[in-house]
Amino acid sequence: MAIHTNAPILETVGLRKSYGAHEVLKGLDLSLDRGEVVALIGPSGSGKSTFIRCLNMLEMPTGGTLRFRQKEVHPGFRDKGEQIGIGTLRRHVGMVFQHFNLFPHKTVLQNVTEGPITVCKTPRKEAEERAMHLLGQVGLSEKHAAYPNHLSGGQKQRVAIARALAMQPEALLLDEVTSALDPELVGEVLAVIRKLAEDGMTMAIVTHEMAFAADVANRVLFLDQGVIAEEGSPDQVILNPQNPRLQGFVARFHG
Amino acid sequence: MTYHWDFQSIWPFWDLFLWGLWISIVYTVGSIVAGILIGFLTCAARLSGWTVLNIIARVYQEVFRCTPLLVQLLWFYYAFPLLVGGSIDNRVAGMLTLSLYVGAFYAEIFRGGIVSIDRGQREAAAAIGMSPWQSMTRIVLPQALKRMLPSFINQSVIQFKNTSLVSVISVADLAYMAAVVNGQTYRPLESYTVMAGLYIAMLLPLTQAADWIERRLRVSD
Ligand SMILES: Nc1ncnc2c1ncn2[C@@H]1O[C@H](COP(=O)(O)OP(=O)(O)OP(=O)(O)O)[C@@H](O)[C@H]1O
Ligand SMILES: [Mg+2]
Repeated sequence: MAIHTNAPILETVGLRKSYGAHEVLKGLDLSLDRGEVVALIGPSGSGKSTFIRCLNMLEMPTGGTLRFRQKEVHPGFRDKGEQIGIGTLRRHVGMVFQHFNLFPHKTVLQNVTEGPITVCKTPRKEAEERAMHLLGQVGLSEKHAAYPNHLSGGQKQRVAIARALAMQPEALLLDEVTSALDPELVGEVLAVIRKLAEDGMTMAIVTHEMAFAADVANRVLFLDQGVIAEEGSPDQVILNPQNPRLQGFVARFHG
Repeated sequence: MTYHWDFQSIWPFWDLFLWGLWISIVYTVGSIVAGILIGFLTCAARLSGWTVLNIIARVYQEVFRCTPLLVQLLWFYYAFPLLVGGSIDNRVAGMLTLSLYVGAFYAEIFRGGIVSIDRGQREAAAAIGMSPWQSMTRIVLPQALKRMLPSFINQSVIQFKNTSLVSVISVADLAYMAAVVNGQTYRPLESYTVMAGLYIAMLLPLTQAADWIERRLRVSD
C-alpha cells in the first residue's frame, strides 16, 4: 500500500471561486498528502471540476490560498520571491481531462515527449526512452507512432495519462477521466489508475464511479453546493453516509 | 457576324503584356507579404486583452472590409494627400491600399483559425507547464495554420485579381498595359482576351493547388 507521510503536496485554505455574482466554491480546505488518493464526489454542478481545476490554476481562485509543498502559489507564470508561479506548479502537478485533449497533430510518442522536451528541456533521446517506458506501462508501446485520431477512447486516455506522467509529477489531478468512454473501455483506464495508486502516486480524483472511489481512495470528499459537506474514509462516506443529501446521492448509484 | 481575330497586330506589344504581368505579380506578392504582417498584428491585437487595441483593430478591419477596394484606392490617391498636405505617388498609394485591404481579411482568417482550436488544447498545453507562448507556437498555431490555409490561399487568389484595380490610378499593371495596347492597335478583343488569358494562366494553378491542399487536409483530419 501507499507510503503515507504527513507532508502535504497540495493544500488549499478557504479556497473560493465566483463567476460574477455566482459563488461556486465557498471556502474549501483540502490537504493532499504525499501518497494519498482523494476522491471527490458530488452532484452535477456542485463544483468538483471547478475545484480540481483550481488546484493547478487552470481556473483562477477568487479567494483563499493554494499551497504547493508549503509554498504559496501566486497567479503569475513565473516564481516570485518565496511564492511559486503557475508554471512551476503545473510542471509538478499533472492533469488528465475528461475529453483527453491529446494533441492531434502529434504522434502518441510526441504527445508524451512534448512536455519533457519543451518545458523541462530534457534531451530528446532521454525523453523518448522514458516515454516508451511509460507507454509500455499503459500497454500502448506498439501505438507509439500512431496519431491520436486512430486510437479508441480508452487508448487515448491511457496516452493522456502517460503524457501527464512523463513530467514526473508529484501529484496527478483526474477529472472524470472515464466519463467520455464507452462502458467496455472504462475498465482498462481504471486499471491503470489503480496501478498508479498502488505505486504510491498522489492523486485527486473526481469520479462518478462509486465502487472505484471506494476501492482506490484513502479519503472521500462529498462536495455539495460549493462546500465540503462530508469527508472521511470510503467506508464512512460511501458505505455509511450521515448527511441526508449524501445518502440520497450515494443511494442513486447503488440503484 | 463573324469576327476576324487578328493577334498579329498586337504581337509587337508582347513586352508590354509581360511587363504589366510582372508589375501585377510584384503588387500581389508585395501586398500579400505586407498584408500577412498587418493581419498578424491586427489578429494579435484582437486576441489581446487590451480593450483599446481591440477597438482600434476592429475599426480598421470594418473600414477596409466594408468599403470597395476601388473606393479605397481613389480615396488614398486623391483624398488622403489633401488631408495631410502634399501628394502621394500612385505606386505608393496602390501598394498601401492593397496591403491594408488584404491585411484586414487576413486578420479575420488568422483569428478564425486560432479561435476554432478547441480550448482543451490550450488547457492540455498549460497543464504540462507550457507558457502561453509555447502553447501558442507549438500546439495552437500548427493546428490553426492547417485549418486557415484554404481560406488564406483563396483570399490571395482574390488579391491577385484585385491588383487590376490599381490601373485606375495609372499604375502600369497588366490591366493598364492591355488598355495601352488597345489604344495603340484598336484591337480590344485581342488585347483584353490576352489579358484575361494571362490572368487565368497565373491563377488556375493556384486554385488547383488550393483544392488539392484542401482535399489532403480533409483526409489527414
Ligand atoms: N466558466 C464558467 N462560467 C460561469 N459559470 C461556470 C463556469 N464554469 C462552471 N460554472 C458553474 O459552476 C458550477 C459548478 O460547475 P462544475 O463544472 O465545477 O460542476 P461539477 O461538479 O464538475 O459538475 P459535473 O458533475 O456536471 O461535471 C455550475 O453551476 C456551473 O454552471
Ligand atoms: Mg465536472
